[in-house]
Amino acid sequence: MAHDAHNLAIFRGLLKFKSNQQKIWGVLIFLSIVTTVEVVLGIVKPAALMNSFLNMKILNWIFLILTIVKAYYIAWDFMHIRDEKGGLKGSIVLPLLILIPYLSFILLVEADYIFDVMFKGFVSWNF
Amino acid sequence: MDITAAENTEETNVWGGGERPLKSSYGKLMMWFFIVSDALTFSGFLVSYGFSRFKNMDSWPIADEVFTHFPFLHGVDAPMYYVALMTFVLIFSSVTMVLAVDAGHHMQKAKVTFYMLLTIIGGAIFVGSQAWEWKNFIKGEYGALETKGGQILQFVDASTGKRIAIADFAVEVPTKRDVHQASNGIWYDAGSSLPSFSVKEVVKGFEANNNLVIKSEKIDATGHKVFLSRDDSLDQIDTAVAVVEGANLVHNEYGNRLFADFFFFITGFHGFHVLSGVIINIIIFFNVIVGTYERRGHYEMVEKVGLYWHFVDLVWVFVFTFFYLV
Repeated sequence: MAHDAHNLAIFRGLLKFKSNQQKIWGVLIFLSIVTTVEVVLGIVKPAALMNSFLNMKILNWIFLILTIVKAYYIAWDFMHIRDEKGGLKGSIVLPLLILIPYLSFILLVEADYIFDVMFKGFVSWNF
Repeated sequence: MDITAAENTEETNVWGGGERPLKSSYGKLMMWFFIVSDALTFSGFLVSYGFSRFKNMDSWPIADEVFTHFPFLHGVDAPMYYVALMTFVLIFSSVTMVLAVDAGHHMQKAKVTFYMLLTIIGGAIFVGSQAWEWKNFIKGEYGALETKGGQILQFVDASTGKRIAIADFAVEVPTKRDVHQASNGIWYDAGSSLPSFSVKEVVKGFEANNNLVIKSEKIDATGHKVFLSRDDSLDQIDTAVAVVEGANLVHNEYGNRLFADFFFFITGFHGFHVLSGVIINIIIFFNVIVGTYERRGHYEMVEKVGLYWHFVDLVWVFVFTFFYLV
């Protein structure tokens, strides 16, 4: 089986591991650090990060980005997408990358509009 | 086992399936297709959660105030810690799964067995933890009143800002209740069970306690729930029609009932995935023990369930963010 052909570098080649097992532990350490940062931020909620940026708190942007970073490393190293052929990579990731932001965009914009209607509208929703 | 036996025979004819497209076996490709479609299902759920949340942006429950329990620490306010622990358990079981896959590539049966076992244990701990979270969520802690418009009125001590349980201040008002018997009903419908207190008892107790105020659903600019003044509270409490204790699909003492609906639906759907993952892992685990894959010559089956298992972990990363962090 041609399974020894693991790509052992992460962080764009910044960190290279000697074996696949070492890489797994390395990725675990990285994921744990990211999760710890998330939890600490979630508990402390630093006041400096509570300001709004593009209609969302900076803290929430950080959570979102860290989540996607975690998802990337789980998919790339645990699910071995890193070792797959380009065509397979694309056919797995592209549909998700196109459809999910599209769906979120449409529904969240719509929800924001409904919020405005209920907020500014003449109808009381709390009767 | 006919299908897998065919996989082993060297098929050289391209039209007979000799070539593996994308250098990936049939089983792995199908698992990937399933994962992509399942990912879209989950994103549909999470986006509709986002829809409801954006729609109720100024009144959505704050997760830190809902999930505050930690096992064996009663009465200690510990938001997030337990879910963080659950997240680590799941990530770790993902790691043992990759290690099992890796050992499978080197045909090390003993190692695959050991790592599969660890993975199963991790998954079981996670499902158990989720059941415990559900139990706390369903049982509720403080109780609240619900108004006719579906708003939740919670009670706090005006001087300390701490939540007060309705059981702590409700006074007993003796009332007589005729219990509806199934034998008398047209539809053989028995009377439903009552909450521990009636609205009247809670209102009376509230009026007698001068330092109690209502914590409304509204969120102020700093992201905290708005406390009503004592006078506003007395006005507001008259609109209450029901006592809510805990949460289910219809009522939710923590705030917006959609929050409970989505919580049950999304974490339930994810928990179901974890549960089925554990069961599939157990099947594969026994296959490893009896040597099925040793005889087959490769451990690709472990790799395939591994893909599913990592996907479950991946989904949890998002559920964790959108339910507990953001």
